[in-house]
Amino acid sequence: MTDKVMDPNSPLHYPLRQYGMDHDLYNWSMLSNRAKVQWPNNKPLAVWVNINLEFFPLNQKGVPFKVPGGMTMPYPDLRHYSLRDYGNRVGLFRILKALDKFDITPTFAVNTELALRTPYLVQLLKSRGNEVLCHGWNMDSLHHGKMDRADESELISRSVNQLRDLTDQAITGWLSPARNQSQNTLVLLAENGIHYCADWVNDDMPYRFKQDGLWAMPLSTELEDFYILGNNLHSEASYVEQINDACDFLLQEAAAQGGRILTLNIHPWLLGQPHRIQYFEQILSRLSQQPIWSASASDILQAFAVQQATVTA
Amino acid sequence: MKADPGFYDYWPYQDRPKIRWPDGKKLAFWVAPNIEFYELNPPENPHRKAWPQPYPAIQGYGIRDYGNRVGHQRQMDLLDKYGVRGSISLSTALCEHHPEIIQMCKERDWEFFSHGIYNTRYTYGLSEQQERDMIRDSMETIYRHTNQHCAGYLAPALSHSELTLDLFAEVGTEMFGNNAGFYTCDLFHDDQPTPIKLRSDKRFVSIPYSLEMNDTIAYVVNKVEPRRYGQMLKDNFDRLYQEGEESGTIMCIPTHNYQVACPHRMKAFEEALDYITSHPDVWVTTGREIADYYREHYYDAALADISAKLGANK
Repeated sequence: MTDKVMDPNSPLHYPLRQYGMDHDLYNWSMLSNRAKVQWPNNKPLAVWVNINLEFFPLNQKGVPFKVPGGMTMPYPDLRHYSLRDYGNRVGLFRILKALDKFDITPTFAVNTELALRTPYLVQLLKSRGNEVLCHGWNMDSLHHGKMDRADESELISRSVNQLRDLTDQAITGWLSPARNQSQNTLVLLAENGIHYCADWVNDDMPYRFKQDGLWAMPLSTELEDFYILGNNLHSEASYVEQINDACDFLLQEAAAQGGRILTLNIHPWLLGQPHRIQYFEQILSRLSQQPIWSASASDILQAFAVQQATVTA
Repeated sequence: MKADPGFYDYWPYQDRPKIRWPDGKKLAFWVAPNIEFYELNPPENPHRKAWPQPYPAIQGYGIRDYGNRVGHQRQMDLLDKYGVRGSISLSTALCEHHPEIIQMCKERDWEFFSHGIYNTRYTYGLSEQQERDMIRDSMETIYRHTNQHCAGYLAPALSHSELTLDLFAEVGTEMFGNNAGFYTCDLFHDDQPTPIKLRSDKRFVSIPYSLEMNDTIAYVVNKVEPRRYGQMLKDNFDRLYQEGEESGTIMCIPTHNYQVACPHRMKAFEEALDYITSHPDVWVTTGREIADYYREHYYDAALADISAKLGANK
């Protein structure tokens, strides 16, 4: 059929039916065909724990959709507004205590508007010295395909640069609110000095976008606390079991195929609840007994990227 | 529109002619990996949206791409380990996009059956000629890339017209004769094969494919915990194996590389495969082999029994 001249308006017209992907964002590549990666001290599994610090505006616009975890009731949706705020006031401190107890390194994905609103948190992050990546302006500032390019450019530049000013960090990582993008997001991120973006869920290892200088970092949605507990309504015990099973499987795969990454995406407003924190502690306790390399997203990417350069050279 | 699609008559599960699979096996077990390609920017179909967000919907697209980039090799390793040849429900454009995957499946003598061209192209709104052309394209593509005469069909994204099964059967016969285009996975009315009535009177059967055991239905629609899914698979097997004492049964696990092959779900799937294949009276096979065997040995007896029971009801 492909050799026939088709009417472009026909539902049987397939202009991108060709080798590789149906877009120009990245190349097709099977994980099992790639060169083995080695993490520092020969650890088989790198662990990236990403802590989301978010601001959900009460006057949510919901364009082009309501962000998962956002307001759902008629204005003013005080229950969801305040329960999200709980994460930054209370839940975070339980999460930090647990991470520090088991010596697991977090990376913080921060909405820039939250950083502006909470100098205390910015000071705390600065004193801890952990990596901060930009999680967009706020949870209602979605990047999407119907958005004007100039507006998105301004939004990204404002979000990244103000977070740089506030934290005194280079801010090279990006996670879009709701992990949604427009067709221009990758270009604009690169223009703003971003080195990696964690929005895409199509791989378990980093890979290069075609956009020069920009990497994809894996960050599993399937293993996210909000997805398992909030969306799927699985039990806390099952959440622990799923993380443990993933960890065991990735360790096993790493033994044959080279270094792997376990990514835990955490929301303090959810996992930092009194009845859930013990399950996070169980996960960290078991993880800390595994042969893992606990590191920031940037350190993991750097260790990975250096080896890619060697391979291609 | 019809109140009843008219594919089969009522035929109670009890007191049917007894089925025995090859070598006296009680249960035919097959795994149907859906190897799919979803387009990032498909043309709009007014009857069904491909993606909930405006283009580019990178979350839904990305996890399906994960299935091909990451998941496929994992599921294939497991099926190799337990001696299962996959029966692939194939978005046939994947032959062009990802020939590496097709090659790996060919090397293992897996079955390829048609799941349309892309899983983002729905049957809704196609004319009869367009649907016929789409089905022919999919079967031609499978033949060109694998030399297989496509035997089975699962409509893309389970989107159908009233004529879908007729067209599939007719195109199969036109292209390759009666040993192509002879079974469907689109119907969920039974745990045993059933003859399907078509306008062409072809010997055409429905092979149980199981919506309930489908990993995407379990994980995404029903939001089942991974270990519970593993338990469901074992429970499903236990009962069908037990009933297979009376008359042969079929168990199918329809899978998706972007669901079952995620790191936190592999253990549950492996435990179920290990459990099922460790039983002695299991025929580990493919969709086509089940349909072939049934058409040859039980199709005529089934037709006679159905018609006798319908007569008895009158």
